[in-house]
Amino acid sequence: MLQTLSTAWFSLPDYGRATAWILVITVALIISVALLTLVERKVIGWMQLRRGPNRVSIFGLFPGLGQPFADVVKLLMKEVIIPAKANKFLFRLAPMITLIPAFAAWAVIPLSPEVVVSKADAGLLYLLSLTSMGVYGVIIAGWATNSKYAFLGAMRSAAQMVAYEIAMGFALVGVLMATRSMNLGTIVLSQSGGVGAWNWFWLFPLFIVYFISGVAETNRAPFDVAEGESEIVAGFHVEYSGMAFALFFLAEYANMILIAALTAVFFFGGWLSPFQGYPVIGDTLLGAPSFLWLGIKISVGLFMFLWFRATFPRYRYDQIMRLGWKALIPVTLVWIGVEMVLSVYKIGPWSH
Amino acid sequence: MLVEVLFYVFGTILIAGALGVIVSRNAVYSALALVLCFVTSAAIWLLLQAEFLAVVLVLVYVGAVMVLFLFVVMMLDINVEKLREGFTRFAWLGWLTALAVIVEIAGVVWAGGGLGIDASKGGADLPANYSNTLELGQVLYTKYVYPFELAAVLLLVAIVAAIALTMRKRPGHKVQDISKQVAVRARDRVRIVKMESEKRS
Repeated sequence: MLQTLSTAWFSLPDYGRATAWILVITVALIISVALLTLVERKVIGWMQLRRGPNRVSIFGLFPGLGQPFADVVKLLMKEVIIPAKANKFLFRLAPMITLIPAFAAWAVIPLSPEVVVSKADAGLLYLLSLTSMGVYGVIIAGWATNSKYAFLGAMRSAAQMVAYEIAMGFALVGVLMATRSMNLGTIVLSQSGGVGAWNWFWLFPLFIVYFISGVAETNRAPFDVAEGESEIVAGFHVEYSGMAFALFFLAEYANMILIAALTAVFFFGGWLSPFQGYPVIGDTLLGAPSFLWLGIKISVGLFMFLWFRATFPRYRYDQIMRLGWKALIPVTLVWIGVEMVLSVYKIGPWSH
Repeated sequence: MLVEVLFYVFGTILIAGALGVIVSRNAVYSALALVLCFVTSAAIWLLLQAEFLAVVLVLVYVGAVMVLFLFVVMMLDINVEKLREGFTRFAWLGWLTALAVIVEIAGVVWAGGGLGIDASKGGADLPANYSNTLELGQVLYTKYVYPFELAAVLLLVAIVAAIALTMRKRPGHKVQDISKQVAVRARDRVRIVKMESEKRS
């Protein structure tokens, strides 16, 4: 059985295998998003000495596990209301525009040594351009709704994205300098050699900047002014209901997973094992590169997202702009200068 | 064959998008159609194996420039009626400009003996380890290094000029001084007054 399956797999043409992986990754991503919403509510609940969702269980086991699926059913049943004065075409288009880049970005992410849909050479640039396209959904949604609150949310989001994209791009320039490649597979491989050889050590400020701007790009707390409930109700998606709202939700969580995965790939060695090259343990299964390690790294990154949300109060709009333009961008510029010096004297990642 | 079909599909979308930019009455639709144009031209460049240029086009124009365009267009309250005043009176000037541009482009193409590449056939097959980015970088920093640096300086001047123009002092302009806000202590702001409790009457 396994034999025939594997021969069938390898007899598939390239595009056949790519399509199969796209299907697998998309389904896995949607399920991860469902579980992430549950984990988020549970973790924040525990941090605030509550229990979180614990009513909907599956077959009487795991209280709370059925919650995300119950939510999906609820959202599917709800009516999608389109305001009378809204621009109907763009109103419907906006959730899709938000969702597509969030999923399409996974095409170049190396999930394990073998599994990557596309080994694109300009993978890093592709990612940057896709993550910057996500903002269109927010802007179009805010404008098409024809409501002041939605529009304010869209404007805030646009300004915020443009500011943090630059910091993010500069942080990735640093990664590019250290790994000398824009291919994500090569970026992972060039970090091989255990925890100390990963990029986070030599590029620590860039890692911090990248992660902060990642949180800002996904419009998550404490940077969620685009939907700040206390002042502009829900920002760009005030008027969205039912599945149209669910698509925004799905995209936001898919983007969170994406940012966590990218942080793992760029700064924490992707699917490489932290014990690689260590005596004794490095030769066992724990020292081998696999999806397991990437999974653990992504989970830690996602936990940070939830932790931030439970800990920090929301930034004011002018504080966000100040942090982005006057703190993060100068830090990246200085560190790129430091990297130049390091590369001239052949220190760290430039030593080999 | 596949490349040719894709080329014509993208070409059609591109022309439709470009027409949308100038025909549409709503400025927001125009901006969105322009986004569509950029994305489809990036797709056509991908067919030509120019992946670096294609991705950079999307990154810079779609990801940053057009976001700001949309931002501004949505903020403006454009009065279409007023814009259409004198449309017929100045139409001849518009046609003349369009004609001049077309003649210029055609002239350059004709003088150069065609465009040199047939985009509908796709790019030539490249060796497996060929890196578009590397090749481009090598050309930019060796053969064209002076024009490249000049362009960079020009952009820098534009940035400085833009900031200098917007940084003018306006009367009554209030700015928050963050370090002052952070340095504030409770004792500067709150006065705790001791007072006797009222006697029960």
